[in-house]
Amino acid sequence: MLFSGLAEKLQDTFQKLKRKGKLNEKDVETALREVRMALLEADVNYRVAKDFTAAVKERAIGAEVIKSLTPGQQVIKIVHEELVRLMGETQSKIAPPSPPPQSVMLVGLQGSGKTTSAAKLALLLRRGGHNPLLVAADIYRPAAIQQLETLGRETGSPVFAMGRENPLQIARQAIKKASYDQNDYVIIDTAGRLHIDAELMAELGRLKEGLKPLEILLVVDAMTGQDAVNVAGTFHQQLGLTGVILTKLDGDTRGGAALSVRAVTGCPIKFSGLGEKMDAFEPFHPDRMASRILGMGDVLSLIEKAQQVVDVEKSRLLERKLHNQTLTLEDFLEQLQQVRQMGPLDELLGMIPGMNKAARGMKNLSINEKELVKAEAIVKSMTRQERLQPEIINSSRRRRIAGGSGTTVQDVNRLLKQFGEMKKMLRQFSSLDKNRLKKTKGFFPFR
Amino acid sequence: MLKIFKEGLRRTREALQGRFDQLFSKSEINDDFFESLEEVLISADVGVETSTKIITLLQQRLHDGKVKEAFRAREMLKELLNAIMDGEKNVSLALAPSPPTVFLVLGVNGVGKTTSIAKLAYHYREMGKDVLIAAGDTFRAAAIEQLEEWSNRVGAGIIKHQAGGDPSAVIYDAVSAAVARKADLLLCDTAGRLHTKANLIEEIKKIYRVIGRALLGAPHETLLVLDATTGQNGIAQAKYFQQAVPLSGIVLTKLDGTARGGIVVAVKDLTGIPVKLVGMGEKKEDLQVFDPSLFVEALLG
Repeated sequence: MLFSGLAEKLQDTFQKLKRKGKLNEKDVETALREVRMALLEADVNYRVAKDFTAAVKERAIGAEVIKSLTPGQQVIKIVHEELVRLMGETQSKIAPPSPPPQSVMLVGLQGSGKTTSAAKLALLLRRGGHNPLLVAADIYRPAAIQQLETLGRETGSPVFAMGRENPLQIARQAIKKASYDQNDYVIIDTAGRLHIDAELMAELGRLKEGLKPLEILLVVDAMTGQDAVNVAGTFHQQLGLTGVILTKLDGDTRGGAALSVRAVTGCPIKFSGLGEKMDAFEPFHPDRMASRILGMGDVLSLIEKAQQVVDVEKSRLLERKLHNQTLTLEDFLEQLQQVRQMGPLDELLGMIPGMNKAARGMKNLSINEKELVKAEAIVKSMTRQERLQPEIINSSRRRRIAGGSGTTVQDVNRLLKQFGEMKKMLRQFSSLDKNRLKKTKGFFPFR
Repeated sequence: MLKIFKEGLRRTREALQGRFDQLFSKSEINDDFFESLEEVLISADVGVETSTKIITLLQQRLHDGKVKEAFRAREMLKELLNAIMDGEKNVSLALAPSPPTVFLVLGVNGVGKTTSIAKLAYHYREMGKDVLIAAGDTFRAAAIEQLEEWSNRVGAGIIKHQAGGDPSAVIYDAVSAAVARKADLLLCDTAGRLHTKANLIEEIKKIYRVIGRALLGAPHETLLVLDATTGQNGIAQAKYFQQAVPLSGIVLTKLDGTARGGIVVAVKDLTGIPVKLVGMGEKKEDLQVFDPSLFVEALLG
């Protein structure tokens, strides 16, 4: 990797600390200087980074570390706690829409991802049992209204548009319509500007005055540099934000802008956008984020992801099969597809504790992604009989499967061998207690 | 034109000059001085690595020249920044020896690719050139419509397929059309893509290959659009994209929207890719040629 993230930087720093049996003030200072540099490289605001390391230092040279048997661990714990504190200790949810309809204004600079976030937020709310209405109030950018309409169609959310005049009128009409249609949230996609100017603020101010929105959420690009703080600060000053949506967190910058914005405005980050797909949008968890930054993994998110795609019925069946040791390649294929549904492999690996570091060792993760595709192709090129009874796959069948899947006989051999080993391993597993087994549900060791 | 460039840098200047003034008005050079300098540079998004490099070099020069006064450090700092920024001689856009000239425009999501293309199209239309635009962003909802509206406004032709189509196919068609119609310039828009998405980076490689196959020697410029408000991630963006396809220059957008822009220094220092154009505003005529020394001037005063 060309650009190492904050987590990796910090991990390197902490590896050095961990090896020390005893820490003196100088060790802590050296480590914290590296922490500060790592934070700055992650675009954490200069002042915020400085205050942060000062706070950590104060605690770290105190008695709780020096007396500890594992001082390095202790410092990491403090950094983690301070990170969580900086990002807001608890998860902040969107306020309940009572009495409905309640409006939610999305504001932000151009290109921060307001329109996309509006549609994603609507989808998330709908999945939570709400009935939101999207409002196209960005009357300036060419095709902004069409964009929202298209996204609304894709996600099945209603969109209110009323030409390109007077955003306040548009929003008022939308709210009227929302009360007829029993929409509980009215999500307003407002216009963005290149920079904060009086005109934009005046327009947003009028919207705020006229609508008395439940929430005003600032949409911030996670890749923003040191300026993030100024932008967020100004918006907050002028409009009184209730929260922040952090977008493009699926890139390789994480945390920097998040840390600073929260620290400077005091507004909680409520949601984060994580990808191009419409469902790549999640409530923001400060504690999980801190773990991720530190490379401590994010098992909770991983489990939640798995729960979204894993069919409970099927897992039960699989569990039985594991017990009876009647696992077939057919089940294997299903598992592969489930893993792939959960998202890109590298993202998943990043959530497993310690994996971030291990993943760095792997030359190129995208190759592994290709391996999965290959494995899927191979299994799909088998007959049903072959999938149920892999023993019957002889050399002529192997050639046919390789030809059918566009792979080589060696690839087929490797897959069959892996499958055999997996079965062997599972046999050992199934002799263990059932609880252990539950934990492995849905995850197969591959490669 | 330079006046507009200066005007656009107003924010950068306003935000930084005061801080530099304060810094250089200090009577002596000590550790505090360098710490403050580090703060100003990093706050301007110059980044840890490049800032450290600049400061080390400055310390060395001050030491060599036995300079103790802060105001003289200002001139030295300016020289250092100029050395980083000024290395490039040729920042003008390359044109094909015989038309059509093809520009490929890439970047992550939301940096202003489509708008930059519209501005480029306008600029060349004003010069009386025959301009075609390829709607290569088949992914984002309404991207094609947005480009169509722009092409109507500036009077450029547009080659498009349906949303969701294969971007390489659109661009191949567009290059063929540009050749057949004897257009002067073809501007290829592409979908915004994060540099970390391997499959999308593969796609851009393919688009690049397709252009080269459709017209020998094309694309004549491969421009990475970078948002001036981007922080250190801009370096990662430049590096990853450069690994995929040879970049010939950077279009820096939203420079008037930020009080920073220091990321340009870091990108130039760490990747060597020159900034060729700067987007300074929201109007179609707001695209400027980048002037490194003026930029340094704006940073330091």
